[in-house]
Amino acid sequence: MPLLQVKNMTHFFTGLRAVHNYNLEINPGEIRGLIGPNGAGKTTIFNLLTGVLRPTEGEITLEGTNIIGLRPHQIAARGIGRTFQNMKLWRHMTVLEHVKMAHYSQLSYGLAGAFFGTNKRVKQENEIEEHAHSLLALMDADQFADQNVLNLPYGVQRRVEMARALATRPRILFLDEPTVGMTPEELVGMMNVFRKIHNELGLAIFLIEHRMKVVMEFCEKVQTLVFGEIIAEGTPDEIQNDPKVIEAYLGKEEVA
Amino acid sequence: MEVKKSNPGSTKRFSGLQHFFSGIPASGWLLAAFAAVLLEFYAGDPLTEILGLPKIPALFGIVIILKKPHLIPGAFAYVGLIYLLPIIIVAKITAPATNWISGKLDRMPLWFSAILHLLLLYFVLEIWTDISDYRLLMLKLTLIAIMITLSLNIINGYMGEFSCSHPGFIALGAYVASVFTVGLFVNDRLLGHALLPQALGQFLFPIGLILGGLVAAAGALIVAIPSFRTRGDYLAIISLAFMFIVKSLIENLEVVGGPRGLGGQPDWATLPTVFLWTVLCIWTINNFVESTMGKALNAVRDEESAADAMTVNTRKTKMIAFMFGAFWAGVGGGLFAHVLRYVNPGTFGIKKLAEVLAMVYFGGLNSVFGSIVGAVSFNMLSEALRPLEIFKWIIIPVLLILVMIYRPTGLIAFKHFNVKKILRPRPKSKERV
Repeated sequence: MPLLQVKNMTHFFTGLRAVHNYNLEINPGEIRGLIGPNGAGKTTIFNLLTGVLRPTEGEITLEGTNIIGLRPHQIAARGIGRTFQNMKLWRHMTVLEHVKMAHYSQLSYGLAGAFFGTNKRVKQENEIEEHAHSLLALMDADQFADQNVLNLPYGVQRRVEMARALATRPRILFLDEPTVGMTPEELVGMMNVFRKIHNELGLAIFLIEHRMKVVMEFCEKVQTLVFGEIIAEGTPDEIQNDPKVIEAYLGKEEVA
Repeated sequence: MEVKKSNPGSTKRFSGLQHFFSGIPASGWLLAAFAAVLLEFYAGDPLTEILGLPKIPALFGIVIILKKPHLIPGAFAYVGLIYLLPIIIVAKITAPATNWISGKLDRMPLWFSAILHLLLLYFVLEIWTDISDYRLLMLKLTLIAIMITLSLNIINGYMGEFSCSHPGFIALGAYVASVFTVGLFVNDRLLGHALLPQALGQFLFPIGLILGGLVAAAGALIVAIPSFRTRGDYLAIISLAFMFIVKSLIENLEVVGGPRGLGGQPDWATLPTVFLWTVLCIWTINNFVESTMGKALNAVRDEESAADAMTVNTRKTKMIAFMFGAFWAGVGGGLFAHVLRYVNPGTFGIKKLAEVLAMVYFGGLNSVFGSIVGAVSFNMLSEALRPLEIFKWIIIPVLLILVMIYRPTGLIAFKHFNVKKILRPRPKSKERV
């Protein structure tokens, strides 16, 4: 059974058809890519799958159970972790607090723990702190644990965001343009992070990306989205040579 | 973080002063304050006679300075001789001893150390207020102001919404607790004969306060359900409406005296009671905001969609925080009614709202310590400037504007309130000197 399955998903923004008949199947441990020009609806698809938006039509199942209608935090707790195109870090929190926060659904100390600091709370807070440190170490960011996240360089912020997403203990990770605006050195660091997530944690990854280099290296299968519709699907090599994809990205070749 | 732009000489002098006091732990300051209030207790009266003051200055002589300029030297001498000099001398002399004690306490459980410090603080306040009833009233109202400020800081600071309904919550707490005590334990014109013996009341008083808090929290739920569906100005508008609804509701309820108010509350809000409730309030609120569940509020405030994606139940988080804040406002209101032993709906209007908001923003958003500082300094200031009458309401707003210009988030904003760090010993190491 596929981990995540989407069948015939369509979404309208009051009259504007943003996504049309979208299908997707992701198996455990698989890396899938989604490319497309700006405004094609890639992030809309992410928002539909993570419960931020509710699809007009279609089915979304996670391990065979329907997740349409669940609130975003419920979907996140069931195993879909995500990062954002513009990171959306919390301005006033330290790196460690970021990663601890993403353990929210794993805490069960309740109001008594929150108000009176019960032993259960102390134990659970220690547990998630330990886990947070281990994730930060995996992302090579543990040395920044006590710093405010806004004071860090961009590449580190990206890794912190990744650690935060991993802290929700996802089975599938959605990455929305994780290398956008990176310098070549930062890009190398990020590629190592992908390798770690995939090899050491064995997570399935669904990736929106503009850099062909990243897509070519990691994705087993790539979809190309144009105006809300998939125009091509296949291995990176097939996609790169597909005339429809080239047309969508570069325009039609003028015959001189 | 802050830009210091004063001339180097004054910064140097300031840091010298800071260095001079840096080796004194919290217990040392408390002990010194204890010595000072004891000194005032025994030597205050003779000293006022010598200095030619009419009576012991109630609020560190500020009122005297503003009212009777010819007594200024006497007031200064009094404050210097009773407070400043003894505190500095005792704190400095006992520093090695108090550091040793704090070091011992540091290795013991935190609650034990905290209770000892609080006991000492309580005795300081008890002896200080023994001098005059005015001080006692002042102190009780300040402690209640701390509770109310802190509870609003959860909503306006930690959660980043703008709520205007706090006077409404305070009023609910005040009236529910008053009806509970007056109705059950006092023969009252409006609420009839006492149903239970008054001796029992002292013990059931906390139940009345909690009841008041719970009713306020229920009121908060009514505000929260429609206004937390979306972010933005909705909460401000709905909560403002709620405040007026509560006010006019009470004004029209003849059972509780309508606009004339409700009096005759028994004198159960003694200093130990108010002190205990304030400590309880600070303790639970600090626990809450330091937990990951409480910090979810900051996540919701800074980036709600990211909080959602990180499994934070944003709606539940906001509801809990809002109701929790309202609960403590209600408890504070109950105590307020029993300190003044009279409440009327006029108290809980726009003016109260302005006062509470001013204390929160003056002290500092997102900070327990800031709220304490804000409530205490604002209360002190507004009492001390009372002789200036109408000018008081020019000076205080100007101060607020200055704070907003130079420290937009308040005096002490975004600071953790770490009890262990506050109580820790501060020995001066040799190499630092």
